[in-house]
Amino acid sequence: MTAGLYGTYGGRYVPETLVPALDELESGWNEAREDPAFHAELHHLQTTFGGRPTPLTLAERFAPDKRLYLKRDDLLHTGAHKLNNTLGQALLAQRLGKRRIVAETGAGQHGVATATVCARFGFECVVYMGAEDMERQAPNVKRMHLLGAEVRSVDFGTKTLREATSEAIRDWITNVETTHYLIGSCVGPHPYPEIVRELQAVIGREAREQILAAEGRLPDLAVACVGGGSNAIGLFAGFVDDSEVRLLGVEAAEAASLGTGRPGVLHGARSSLLADEDGQIVDAHSVAAGLDYPGVGPEHAFLRDAGRAEYVTATDDEAREAFDRLAQTEGIIPALEPAHALAKVAELDAELVLLCLSGRGDKDL
Amino acid sequence: MKKLVVYLMAGRRTPELAEAAVEGGADIVELGFPFSDPLADGPVIRRAAERALAEGMRTGACLECLAETRERVDVPLVPMTYAALLEAHGYERFAADARAAGATSLIVADLPVDEQPELRRVQLVAPTSNDERIRLAAENTDGWLYLVTVTGTTGARNGVSPALAGLVGRVRSATDVPLYAGFGISTPEQARQATELADGVVVGTRAVEVAEEGPAALRDYVRSLRTMVS
Repeated sequence: MTAGLYGTYGGRYVPETLVPALDELESGWNEAREDPAFHAELHHLQTTFGGRPTPLTLAERFAPDKRLYLKRDDLLHTGAHKLNNTLGQALLAQRLGKRRIVAETGAGQHGVATATVCARFGFECVVYMGAEDMERQAPNVKRMHLLGAEVRSVDFGTKTLREATSEAIRDWITNVETTHYLIGSCVGPHPYPEIVRELQAVIGREAREQILAAEGRLPDLAVACVGGGSNAIGLFAGFVDDSEVRLLGVEAAEAASLGTGRPGVLHGARSSLLADEDGQIVDAHSVAAGLDYPGVGPEHAFLRDAGRAEYVTATDDEAREAFDRLAQTEGIIPALEPAHALAKVAELDAELVLLCLSGRGDKDL
Repeated sequence: MKKLVVYLMAGRRTPELAEAAVEGGADIVELGFPFSDPLADGPVIRRAAERALAEGMRTGACLECLAETRERVDVPLVPMTYAALLEAHGYERFAADARAAGATSLIVADLPVDEQPELRRVQLVAPTSNDERIRLAAENTDGWLYLVTVTGTTGARNGVSPALAGLVGRVRSATDVPLYAGFGISTPEQARQATELADGVVVGTRAVEVAEEGPAALRDYVRSLRTMVS
């Protein structure tokens, strides 16, 4: 049995050049996660730099017939849950002695969170971003520049997150001895899906305590948007062992790797993908750049097959409508990505709902 | 006699191009089955893959191309591709269909030795591979070992990688199988230098570029390599 499998998903489908680096990363990660000093330093950064814990907000006007709690990771420093992962991986890179960081970004939130930790740690930072995404998420490109990162435009193929990820991996293959690849979601070759899940699990841990304090019970349902799936896997991590809590992921309708995908290999892992019968990757589309990706984390494919989590879709229009309505009813402008999850709330057959508001919408104005 | 391996992307003209490469002195032809997201490839082969896919070179068409090429040349033909195609077609079925179409083994750029270990294929080792991984690759490889000379993607470089000598030394002490060096070798002089160390060379990116100029240009290019690889 190969390491890093979620059922039949996951694994390491990468050129040989990267395997020793993945081994090194895995052993570095295994040491760090057993080291109280790593956790203490991460906690210190999360609280004094990141702004954790983030609050839970009851959204009574948005969802008057339910008790809907928003887990406010939009209030995290840099404006999205991405910082949970980049802080942890920056500490890991430091332990591994890597001082050059490469990353991919779609909506730009992971790019900004990566540029932020690189500035904080004094690392060199190169972010690959699709040319189309650079245009539609221009404010985040400016932020990355201000933070000292080099943003490299990827102008072939779909010019979105898919090609940006391929180019970041090619950079890593070329500079593997000096560089840490700071992947932004729970995708990629083992051990990345596990590292990102563990670093995002802080969302679910906090939310679990907070909803117990507020309501005296666990939610009926925990819901989050799913592109690569990192905010969802982090939220789910807090409840996956509570069989009474339903787990729901919401994909973009034309990027439904779980809803309409098939098993395949992309970016180093076997998962459920948008691919044709020959295994060639098919274009995804979404108004939300962070969901515009034909793949998804292997653990989500496993949770779907196991029946533990369900996955539905929201259209661009439904997400836009929820985006406006949250702003007008709650005074919170969400990112277009979690607006997909918000769009499904009214349809849910659940009374007490916990939703991960994974990012704020300034970038989408 | 050192071996000269020439990579060509599968396409409508590939059978005649392969024939020209063999006339020029190629000992083995690698046939690229294009993948939409080729992580190990630099821009030249990536673009060639995009064009091939736009031409309809899916797995079935690539297997037909392989069979047509087989009718024209006698040298070993080795499909080179990515795991996604085998995953979709079925690993064993892919190997069997390729064999039936005339292939000798296959190369999967993103399938390290520990993934799908039961699939017989030419294994790759890289400058970053440790001795344990080199031993594992040598034990499991099918006929020869593909030495990736650089940490990087496919594509022309200015000189032969300084990492090659050390890699050859480490691999030699682990195995007697033939070692063919590829990635970054494009000129006759680089081919000569690489074959002073290894048992053969693989030329990909430059061959793909020259192949666009047609069979005569490819034949001349391969001949220029051949004179330096002996």
